[in-house]
Amino acid sequence: MPDIEAVGRIIAEEIKKYRADHIEAHIEQAGSSHITYRGRKLESIGKSSGIGGNIRAQFNGGWGFASFNNLDDIPARIELAIKQAKLAGNSKSNLAKVKPVIDDVPAGIATNPVDIPLADKKKLLDEYNDVIWQTPELQTSVIGYGDGYKKSIFIDSGGSFIQQERADVSLRLMAIATDGSDVQQANMSLGSRGDFSQIQSLHSQVAEMAQRAVKLLSAPQIKGGEYTVVLDPVLAGVFVHEAFGHLSESDFIYENPRMREIMTLGKQFGGKHLNIVDGALVPNLRGSYKYDDEGVPASKTYLIKEGKLTGRLHSRETAAKMNEKPTGNARAVSYRYPPIVRMTNTFIEPGTVTFNDMIAGIKEGVYARNWYGGTTSMEMFTFSAAEAYMIKNGKIGGLMRPVVLSGNVFTTLQNIDAIGDDLDMNQGGGCGKGEQSPLPVSNGSPHIRIHNCLVGGA
Amino acid sequence: MQRILEQAMQKAEAAEVFRVTSEETPVQFEADRLKHIQSKQSHVTALRVIKNGRIGYSVSSNPDDTAGLIDAALETAEFGMQAEFELPAPTDYKLVETYDPAVEAVPLEKMISLGAEMISAIKCNNKDIICEAGVSKDVVSVHIINSRGNDAAYTKSVFSMGIEGNLIRGTDMLFVAESESSCHPLTQTKTITDVVIRQLEWSKNQASVTGKIIPVIFTPDGVASALINPLMSAFNGKTVLEGASPIGDSLGKLVFDKKLNLFDDATIDYRPGSHPFDDEGVASHRTPLIENGLPASFLYDLQTSALAGKESTGNGHRGGGGLPSPSANAFIIPPGETAFNDMLADIKEGLVVEYLMGAGQGNILGGDFSGNVLLGFKVENGKITGRVKDTMVSGNVYQVLKEITAIGSDARWIGGFLHSPSLYCPSLSVSVKK
Repeated sequence: MPDIEAVGRIIAEEIKKYRADHIEAHIEQAGSSHITYRGRKLESIGKSSGIGGNIRAQFNGGWGFASFNNLDDIPARIELAIKQAKLAGNSKSNLAKVKPVIDDVPAGIATNPVDIPLADKKKLLDEYNDVIWQTPELQTSVIGYGDGYKKSIFIDSGGSFIQQERADVSLRLMAIATDGSDVQQANMSLGSRGDFSQIQSLHSQVAEMAQRAVKLLSAPQIKGGEYTVVLDPVLAGVFVHEAFGHLSESDFIYENPRMREIMTLGKQFGGKHLNIVDGALVPNLRGSYKYDDEGVPASKTYLIKEGKLTGRLHSRETAAKMNEKPTGNARAVSYRYPPIVRMTNTFIEPGTVTFNDMIAGIKEGVYARNWYGGTTSMEMFTFSAAEAYMIKNGKIGGLMRPVVLSGNVFTTLQNIDAIGDDLDMNQGGGCGKGEQSPLPVSNGSPHIRIHNCLVGGA
Repeated sequence: MQRILEQAMQKAEAAEVFRVTSEETPVQFEADRLKHIQSKQSHVTALRVIKNGRIGYSVSSNPDDTAGLIDAALETAEFGMQAEFELPAPTDYKLVETYDPAVEAVPLEKMISLGAEMISAIKCNNKDIICEAGVSKDVVSVHIINSRGNDAAYTKSVFSMGIEGNLIRGTDMLFVAESESSCHPLTQTKTITDVVIRQLEWSKNQASVTGKIIPVIFTPDGVASALINPLMSAFNGKTVLEGASPIGDSLGKLVFDKKLNLFDDATIDYRPGSHPFDDEGVASHRTPLIENGLPASFLYDLQTSALAGKESTGNGHRGGGGLPSPSANAFIIPPGETAFNDMLADIKEGLVVEYLMGAGQGNILGGDFSGNVLLGFKVENGKITGRVKDTMVSGNVYQVLKEITAIGSDARWIGGFLHSPSLYCPSLSVSVKK
């Protein structure tokens, strides 16, 4: 095994010899394991390990980037990145100033999940599979477990040398029921920042999921149209991530004068009860870290405070060009990609409304829970609920088929008319942006109520 | 590679080493200007072993860690699935052309000028639009050897370019986009920019549909965003084997409209989805999936086909660095005879869907889709009258494709992996925000 710290030291010396507006390097060493079940059987089990790095350089505003697995011949990589940056450069480099950092950040977990014996991981998954198949009417099921451990080194021409380690655990379960040509599925998605114990003891939730898949076969479909919708914390977390979080990523804003107009700080986006936060500094979540992939210390940013736009997420470049403070949100899924502006842990802060009060006044509405996925085009967003129930005269009714909800961010945030008191964070998500996916993030919210929300249906 | 195979064979009954080496060179424009030039070199080795009848698997990007790779594969074999297949014997593969040395030779300056040309063509049409563009040349080499003596390799070149425009009026945002890819260098930007300019022209006015159940034309891009994912899952032999495919029992039964045909084809020369063999070394095929409305076959890799009592169709893919699993090479829907304008002319009130956002998030297995029309247009009395917004289209692929009014003569490649015409469907459910 090459010692990546030693390679890092060589790079730190080497980049001093070259001239560019900015040079940085990332070196990574990673290990992971995965186990997949389909139906009653274990289908795939595997381990992976890797090593790689990149050099990124900026010159006259242009970026060059060279990534590689072979750690030999670093000078040639640096030269290539600088040559590319020079070819791309056509203006002026401008990066927010940050103090150089020398630090060594351990993963902060007792046990590296990759090192847990495969037999122990398999035992837990066998238990979950047994629980799933206590619902014998199922057609099939899927369990996907994955873990990873990564040591990364960040070096830049400003003098930073940061070593960070992090671990990650994720678990996805799905139960599938069929009835002739009709196929229905129910799913669960969980994760943690490397703590294996957080995915243990889920047996009763897994059983409930399996039963739901069967129940969905006889569930009716919601009639499409506008409804008052109540979202559970998991789905509301996906909503805040998709509908507003991506809009707060400044790389969509900083070079687009009309976007800058739309996103003027101080603008009213929602009611006084609405507070939205993103921050890697919020501890022990999948989106938590001490320094981002540009060596900028993590922070906690209020995106919306009392309904007003108060902040956004930055890389060093977007912060400088918008004359704002860097927030430590530049992240890359791996050394194969340059860091871009990403979310970390994104959530709506809790309000004061109890769940019972929230649904009490609803004559006809939809209670949507859990998630399949979500996506955004900035203005419009869609996200899909894995469970839906009709609300009639203040009471939760029977299970309906899953629904897709859609809307326009600018009206939908205004249409949130109740925020619950029961904040919960969902750690099962992975975020995709451009080709970089999945990035560990978390998102959350208390229960929220949205009036006039568009629901797709029959 | 040979050394890894030999060492693994000291403890395993069968082994296979799979190596992918690639170099990608993307050039990216942001906010109308050249911003990034990158070079990404990658080198990944995967080892699959069969030990005591069970499959073990490991993958590494560390060229020096042969011992770790072998240990991990043997360790996982203890828990792995029973291997039901035999690795392919040495095979005389039919030639499928995937490499044009001219791709590597395209200078960065030429790539930059292609990107700039696309942006200036779009800005000429509308100066307020802000464009992102990308031009990339990639070369991928695949080499596979196994303990039965099969030793096969190919190299693929892919040249791709695309542009996305964002036009903002007030808080209204319009996104237009088109891209193209080939194993040859692309030299013409006009075919790409013409599509984007047409999208801009159709979006000049805003329109709103009133009907709840109306006819919908899915353009080739619309087919890709709304209808293809459920089909890829339904024709996957693994889904069929588990009994989770809605068409698993429907081979030879009329499930789709008689006019509809679908192939999976990895043998078309110089296409990014083509190769002489799949990621397990099984020769590539053109596999009929729908013939005149009847499901004709499903897609298999080695293990799944053995469990199902079928032959591999050459669809073993290693997405995400895992074990091979069946997935599509390239889906081909042959064109029909109806011109796009004749489809429009037939419609009193309807929709043209170019991009349905979020359609892939529902119950894919069951064929349900529901999404927001991110780019779509109202048709009124045979003419496109403007762009629709705040509109959702929902349906079920099996119901939608059971009755197709017409199949377009306008088939084209969407990305590297789908060739489709426009599909004109008589009635879909539409929800509109008032």
